[in-house]
Amino acid sequence: MTTLAGETTTRAQIGVSRPRRDAREKLRGQAQFVGDMLVPRMLHGRVLRSPIAHGRIVSIDTSAAEAMPGVVCVLTGADLQDIDPYYGHAIKDRPIIAIDKVRFHGEPVAAVAAETPAAAAAAVDAIVVEYEELPAIADVGQATAPGAPLVTDREAKPGLFHGLGELEPRDRNVCYRYRLDKGEVEAVFAHADIVVEGEYEFPAVYQYAMETHTVIAQVEGDEISLWANCQHPFLVRAEIADLFRVPVANVRIQVPYLGGGFGSKSYTKMEPLTVALARKAGRPVKIQNRVGESMVTTRRHNMRCRMRTAATADGRLLAREVTALFDTGAYADNGPRVVATAGDAAPGPYRWEAYRVDVSCVYTNLAPAGSYRAFGATHMQWIGESQVDEVARRAGVDRVEIRRRNLLTPGEEVRMDGKPLDADLVGDVEKVAEAVGWEEPKPPLVGRGVSVGVLAAGAHPVSSAVCRLEADGRVVVLVGTTEMGQGSRTALAQIAAEELGIDSERVTVRGADTRFTPFDRSTGASRSTTVAGLAVQRAAADIREQLERIAGTSDIDPDDYLALMRKHFGFAGGELIGRGEVAPVGSGSYAEGPVFWEVCVGAAEVEVDPDTGFVRVRRTATVADVGRAINPQLIERQDEGATLQGIGNALFEEMVYKEGMLLNDTLLDYRVPSFTDVPESMTCLIVENEDGPGPYGAKGCGEGALAAVPGAIVNALADAGVPMNELPLTPERVWRRIQELKKEGKWQQ
Amino acid sequence: MRLELKVNGRDVVREVKPQELLLDFLRESLGLTGAKRSCDVQVCGACTVLVDGLAVSSCCFLAAHANGREVTTIEGLAERKEFAQLEEAFTRHAALQCGFCTPGMLLTVSSLLESGELGSEEQIKESLDGNLCRCTGYRGIVDAVADLAGIA
Ligand code: FES
Ligand code: FES
Repeated sequence: MTTLAGETTTRAQIGVSRPRRDAREKLRGQAQFVGDMLVPRMLHGRVLRSPIAHGRIVSIDTSAAEAMPGVVCVLTGADLQDIDPYYGHAIKDRPIIAIDKVRFHGEPVAAVAAETPAAAAAAVDAIVVEYEELPAIADVGQATAPGAPLVTDREAKPGLFHGLGELEPRDRNVCYRYRLDKGEVEAVFAHADIVVEGEYEFPAVYQYAMETHTVIAQVEGDEISLWANCQHPFLVRAEIADLFRVPVANVRIQVPYLGGGFGSKSYTKMEPLTVALARKAGRPVKIQNRVGESMVTTRRHNMRCRMRTAATADGRLLAREVTALFDTGAYADNGPRVVATAGDAAPGPYRWEAYRVDVSCVYTNLAPAGSYRAFGATHMQWIGESQVDEVARRAGVDRVEIRRRNLLTPGEEVRMDGKPLDADLVGDVEKVAEAVGWEEPKPPLVGRGVSVGVLAAGAHPVSSAVCRLEADGRVVVLVGTTEMGQGSRTALAQIAAEELGIDSERVTVRGADTRFTPFDRSTGASRSTTVAGLAVQRAAADIREQLERIAGTSDIDPDDYLALMRKHFGFAGGELIGRGEVAPVGSGSYAEGPVFWEVCVGAAEVEVDPDTGFVRVRRTATVADVGRAINPQLIERQDEGATLQGIGNALFEEMVYKEGMLLNDTLLDYRVPSFTDVPESMTCLIVENEDGPGPYGAKGCGEGALAAVPGAIVNALADAGVPMNELPLTPERVWRRIQELKKEGKWQQ
Repeated sequence: MRLELKVNGRDVVREVKPQELLLDFLRESLGLTGAKRSCDVQVCGACTVLVDGLAVSSCCFLAAHANGREVTTIEGLAERKEFAQLEEAFTRHAALQCGFCTPGMLLTVSSLLESGELGSEEQIKESLDGNLCRCTGYRGIVDAVADLAGIA
């Protein structure tokens, strides 16, 4: 690894909580988001969306809308006959705008470009669409029943970036299936003393990045420009180039600050539709979703799962079998990857003799589901961990002790191929348990739980970065990472500063502009500090090496940089350009995958009110097992944010559907955590074992807490006397469960 | 209709439609984009501005209702002397991430500090419950406001 220069410096810039570089701009309301931007001659776009979950479009009459004042054009599926209008980074199953059929409530059917937002909205209301309604496939059970009608009968091509090897063709409504098989599952279950089994439900959840999806697109000849709040600008660029048949380099995407992402802005979302509308209008167009529209743009998969776990009488875990159906909605979006990650997370990081995992990604007539922070792991961990707790109860073993005995230790195999475990899980679990007072006496109706898992993180490790040392001694870092709140611009500036031995205040990191910024795969999967950070470190080290070459010695000081540049260029101009790259080559983390296993460890203490079913989270603790902390305060804030999202996911967040129709499509009816949901005590423990593959031994964080917290809460609630198989743990559900337990004579309190 | 008001201490006179929202008026007519639109239904507080010193959700407030009144947006708050303390406390506690909720949050906080109602951490949480933040987990914001309100 390129730490040549790093070793000679004092590491003054990393491991310290430097203030956020974007604080001033953001606090003063000066930070620009796409919705704040104006492009000359820009029009306002608005989308007409399907009012039904499934139907044939009999006719669309846009004539009245087109005649309205201020309206420039109306786009429908008929305008896309000159291109192959289907896209999807995993599976090209999704039309830019509905063609002949609508497959979910909220699918774009037409779009208007007009001089003002009001004119666009009025014109949308004037479009007349006649539908022939078809029966909706409202859940995975219906979708996988024998003889079920098909959500789509097209044979879709594989997308550019599925990253899943050979994609098998769709099997009726199942678009992807992920399986793992190890050992003699049947035989082990047959001889096990303890078998825990159950069926579980996980809800659809809205990521709610406070800034909704927003795009400005401009098409001039074969040049396409976008200002978009996307997490993965380089992948969007490729998809837009592919769809509209222009060279990749002709698509320019500029990404300002994002008002939150959490996966909702990963891959391609509103960009193709905005480009198609701008192409027809002949002028730039901005489309800004309302919250109800972003809720049908992407969401977290709801899921049904059956799991069983086998163990010996004294609590040695033996085998696990998992089948699950993930509802990906009408189009695959990132469903296949979500399902594969869920499959990897399903066994849990234990020393199994055997396991079998079979997870399917299923089409239904709901809105498409994609990425949301810690996907797959969040779906699975609460289930597996509740079964481990149940084994412990039956075996009469303490619930931390059973994990101590069965958890993998560093170097052991996590999944049959791939990187062995790179973290001390037992140590992590002990820390969080202690932080919620594991050994303290418990008041009645209070319970405590822990939860542990790992998440394949880092995505595909391809990142590059350029550092420019300017003639005034300042450094500009060009890197494709999207600042969506996580603090990447601050952390990456610290890394570059560390390498060069300068103050991070002298380093500037800006948002991606794909015309100038070198390629970076994506911002997600907790990869930026690790993978993009390594590219930045290498780019900065490259500058340092150039300076040493100019000096003819490695014994140089940052104070010498300007004089060395003057010597080299012969005047007060010129700049040194450093280049850094990360690619999946050689051996180790970057070739085997995953780049690292993100640790998902948490604990919770809850209190239940048996009269109302209301669950209150009193204490939480999570671990950020980061290898090496670049900026500890930013890490704590990441984990606190993830903890609150975990509380929301566990206790009340749920998109409610009836026959495929989303019922709670506003923040009035879809509740997210607010100030009063913050637990009295919320501890984030930072663990630094310098065991990560990123700069200075760092590895990513920010997702693990979300995967861990729901499991910790479910286990704490079971410890308080209420075992649950369905999320969220709403008062109504919990109260009903307590009544059942009372009837069965199992209510202990 | 004709609208006359003070925005961030300056007199403003403009023609507006009777149904125009204060949020759209500020963002589109005056280019004051610090106030953000998110939920649109008076739940999230991203659009918060002060009208005669009181925090309101400008997404659900007619521009016409601001006639003859004094509106303060984040751009105006940032010009005030006391803003330095808010900025310092929020920066020190990293009480922001994406920053989308931040302008509305600061305006609510400043009106609460002015009213002197923040006597405990519980009061901070309850008084700020109308401002959502999806990123931070609120901890840093509570700590920053506790500092500003002089709560140990
Ligand atoms: S946008 Fe006004 S309260 Fe949410
Ligand atoms: S900082 Fe992103 S919503 Fe508050």
